[in-house]
Amino acid sequence: MGSSQSAQEEQEYRALAERTGFSLDQIRNLHKRFKHLSHDEETLRKEDFDEISDLTPNPIRSQIIDAFFDKRNFGGNEVGRVQEIGFREFLTVMSHFRPLRQNLTEEGIERIRREKLRFLFNMHDKDSDGTITLDEYRSVVEELLSSSAAIEIETATAIADAAMLEVASVTVGEMAPGQVYEGITFEHFLEILKGVEIEAKMHVRFLNVDTTTVRCGKL
Amino acid sequence: MGFLSSVKPVCIVLISFAVLALLSFGANAEDSPKPTTTKPPAKPTEHGPIYTAPPQPLPEPEKSYLPLFTLNYPRVQIPFEITLWVLLASFAKIGFHVYHKITIWVPETCLLISIGLIVGAIMHSVHEQPPAVLTSSVFFLYMLPPIVLDSAYFMPTQPFFENVGTVLWFSIVGTLWNSIGVGICLYGVCQIPALGVQDINLQENLLFASIISAVDPVAVLAVFEDVNINEQLYIVAFGESLFNDAVTVVLYNLFNHVAELPVVDAADVFLGVLRFFLVGLGGMLFGLVFGFVAAFTTRFTRKVREIEPLFIFMYSYLAYLLAELLSISSIMAIVTCALTMKYYVEENVSQRSCTTIRHVIKMLGTVSETLIFFFLGVVTITTDHEWNWGYILFTILFAQIWRGLGIVVLTQIINPFRTIPFNFKDQFGLSYGGLRGAITFALAYTLPNTIIRKKLFITATIAIIIFTVFIQGISIRPIIELMNVRKTNWKLGTINVEIHTRLMEHITAGVEDLCGQWSHHSLKDKFMRFNNRFIRKILIRDNRPESSIVALYKKLELQNAMEVLDTISGDISAAPSLISLHEEKASNKSSFKPKRTFLASDLTAMHEILSKNMYKIRERTMSYTNKHTLPNDSRAREILVRRHTSIRRSLRARSFQGSESARSQKYFSLPLGQSLDTGYATESIRLNADGDPALELHNRSVRPKPRPRSKQPRFSTTRARLDPLQELHSTVNMEDEVRAEESSHRPSRQSSSSSNSRSRAPLQRHSSLGTPSVGEDDPEGDEQQLESPPPAWTPEPPDRGSGGPRNPLLRRAQWKPQDK
Repeated sequence: MGSSQSAQEEQEYRALAERTGFSLDQIRNLHKRFKHLSHDEETLRKEDFDEISDLTPNPIRSQIIDAFFDKRNFGGNEVGRVQEIGFREFLTVMSHFRPLRQNLTEEGIERIRREKLRFLFNMHDKDSDGTITLDEYRSVVEELLSSSAAIEIETATAIADAAMLEVASVTVGEMAPGQVYEGITFEHFLEILKGVEIEAKMHVRFLNVDTTTVRCGKL
Repeated sequence: MGFLSSVKPVCIVLISFAVLALLSFGANAEDSPKPTTTKPPAKPTEHGPIYTAPPQPLPEPEKSYLPLFTLNYPRVQIPFEITLWVLLASFAKIGFHVYHKITIWVPETCLLISIGLIVGAIMHSVHEQPPAVLTSSVFFLYMLPPIVLDSAYFMPTQPFFENVGTVLWFSIVGTLWNSIGVGICLYGVCQIPALGVQDINLQENLLFASIISAVDPVAVLAVFEDVNINEQLYIVAFGESLFNDAVTVVLYNLFNHVAELPVVDAADVFLGVLRFFLVGLGGMLFGLVFGFVAAFTTRFTRKVREIEPLFIFMYSYLAYLLAELLSISSIMAIVTCALTMKYYVEENVSQRSCTTIRHVIKMLGTVSETLIFFFLGVVTITTDHEWNWGYILFTILFAQIWRGLGIVVLTQIINPFRTIPFNFKDQFGLSYGGLRGAITFALAYTLPNTIIRKKLFITATIAIIIFTVFIQGISIRPIIELMNVRKTNWKLGTINVEIHTRLMEHITAGVEDLCGQWSHHSLKDKFMRFNNRFIRKILIRDNRPESSIVALYKKLELQNAMEVLDTISGDISAAPSLISLHEEKASNKSSFKPKRTFLASDLTAMHEILSKNMYKIRERTMSYTNKHTLPNDSRAREILVRRHTSIRRSLRARSFQGSESARSQKYFSLPLGQSLDTGYATESIRLNADGDPALELHNRSVRPKPRPRSKQPRFSTTRARLDPLQELHSTVNMEDEVRAEESSHRPSRQSSSSSNSRSRAPLQRHSSLGTPSVGEDDPEGDEQQLESPPPAWTPEPPDRGSGGPRNPLLRRAQWKPQDK
């Protein structure tokens, strides 16, 4: 690696670090991983994700992969899907999983919490219309339960229905006759998950040390 | 202080009880020629010889007549006294909860000790010695295992494993830190000639320090639970107390051994360290093995449900005893055993056994602990102490300092490895929550008599326990609340939360896999996969890997059903109460205070979907999992029967209200979605809620927060015709008949007139009252109506609606003719 190239890379890393909040080491790490996944290409495609063997048994694998190709998760206000993502997008999506830093103010925590919940919400809301409809919810629950073979689709549906009913009763409470609960809006979503410490649960410890090389052979 | 006034009745009870107990001890002193071995100091030396000289002042038969009345106290003495003590302690516990506010502000342990002090004072005033039942072997073989099993079995598994590193770090290193730090400091203090304790050598100081480093935050945990403290802090406090018992006991044995050595050289120290790890790991291994064996055994207990719980206790105890036999850490063994088997066993055993296991474990643990605290109070008064201001004050001081210091230092080390680091408040909570408790006292009390300063140690231990339990235990709640330590609402049991927790877990595991990292979540993921694939297959009889979402769902469902069962069985149990209940309802109806809102059509549709599907789940799961149903399905059947009757009742209650409401006649909790548009229909649903407590419950359980219902009075003139009392009599009669009929599967006298409809009999009864009641619809008809839910819920109507034969309602309708 030439010095000019590494300097340029360094520059880029810094910009990314500022944008996503990762440390330089973490970015370097993730970049390595990115390169590894994309087979040294500049962009990642869905097929690359499919090759990750560790991910195969994950029941909501397709949801996770989809999240990486969803423009809503890239920070901008765009909506839609992309076919391939660059490292920048990869990192942006990953940044949703940064653990909380210490000494955050209450507002900061609340903001991060909202971001994380937004990520989850987007995962549910496949057609980007701002509400999670019953169908969308059902499909998530079905996938979630798909790992245990004993559960039939009916059960999953029943559970999704019950959950939806719960949402309706918690958020709307009393509805006028004839009123229809169309789906979970983001506000309702926030409300039902009020008690969950999402900021404490949804995070990944991004390592500063490089472990990717150790596991290359296994993939 | 309201405390005293409310305790007064309890005290009276206790005093009378204590008098009774004293009488028995007095009798013992008089009756028994020689005290039993378990209670050597129980023999009061001053009047012992006097009383033993005249043997048996009892009505001793001088001639060979058959004795009409004999006393054989020595024969029952030990169990008798133990029973009395346990009973006394239990009474004390009841007493505290008579007045609730006490236990909020004053931890139970404080109250127990106080009661013990009172009883001790009484005993002291009559020069009675407490029975020395608490010997080393009694404590270690009988009292300690239940306490440890209790906390191990009820350890919240998932958060524990999420924080296992921190827990072990604090409990092992923290305890070592405390013992060694305090021990050495005290040794230093002992060198001050002014204190007059120069004869305590380093080993004894270390032994003593190890005793008082066992924290026992029962009281603190209760406070933590109450204020919804964050999960991490709670679990660390919980786990620390559990494992540091193990560490303490190991250290205790080690130092106990060392204390007897005349000289200690480097080799001893090295061997001691080695032994420490050997003992701990050995215990863990033992526990693991026994845990798996226990789980495996319960695989085959299907036919012998009665003794199922026994296996759990016996295996844990066996693990404990065997570990004790091999002098490895028995606490470690029983803890790991409980942690290992819990998950598998609970899936194998029946619901009833599961409840039994939990209750018995809780009960034994509570009794043990209560006894020890109680005993502590008694001993505090009745034994003569060796009070050494300097040593005791320094003990308390050092214990506090090293505890605080230890937490701060250890947290600094562990924090970089934690995803959620402990902040200063958490650290304070942890160190301030370091109360000393039952185990500390028991360890000190059972010190061997070879320790010259045993009395001083006991005194110092009691001092530190009372200091921490009273001062810290009482003040921790206000302090925690004042400091606003991070809180979590971690007792949410809603399906949505469960779904999203799972979802997040899978996502994080997936992202970790994506990053090619191998950390907590993906590790857990892998273990779960391994578990599902192999371990469960071996250990669990009906191996169906079950997502926790489904488990929770079933649990909520079952809870709901049980509530239904309770309510209904409650109100049909006694006729008078039934009548009053109905009267109340009837007056409610006529005065018409609309307490409940009308459900929106889709909500009711959701109700409908939910309840139907719940039925399906139950029916299906009954066939393969025994977790929530009884082996003979009797409960499910019972619920069905009860629901059946309740439906009938609600049907009847409405059948004479007019044709319109009868048109929308619905079963139990299935209000009609589509007919809600009409005023009458909504009316009937509301009525349904009125007439049927079960539905009300159902609603309530679905919407967790009871919210104010809107007031939308819609009057129905048809209701005015209702004559509750007249109706009620027939209802009661009917009720019994129906029940009898259903349970015995005999043809009912009532239903002889009509053969096809299950609701015809009540109908006729009511139509004879002169109310124009139009048909209870055939269940089939309703079913068809159900099949077209409102548009918002249409996605797969055939899927849900077409399950005619599987539909419990339909099935029930068919069941009826079959019975005849």
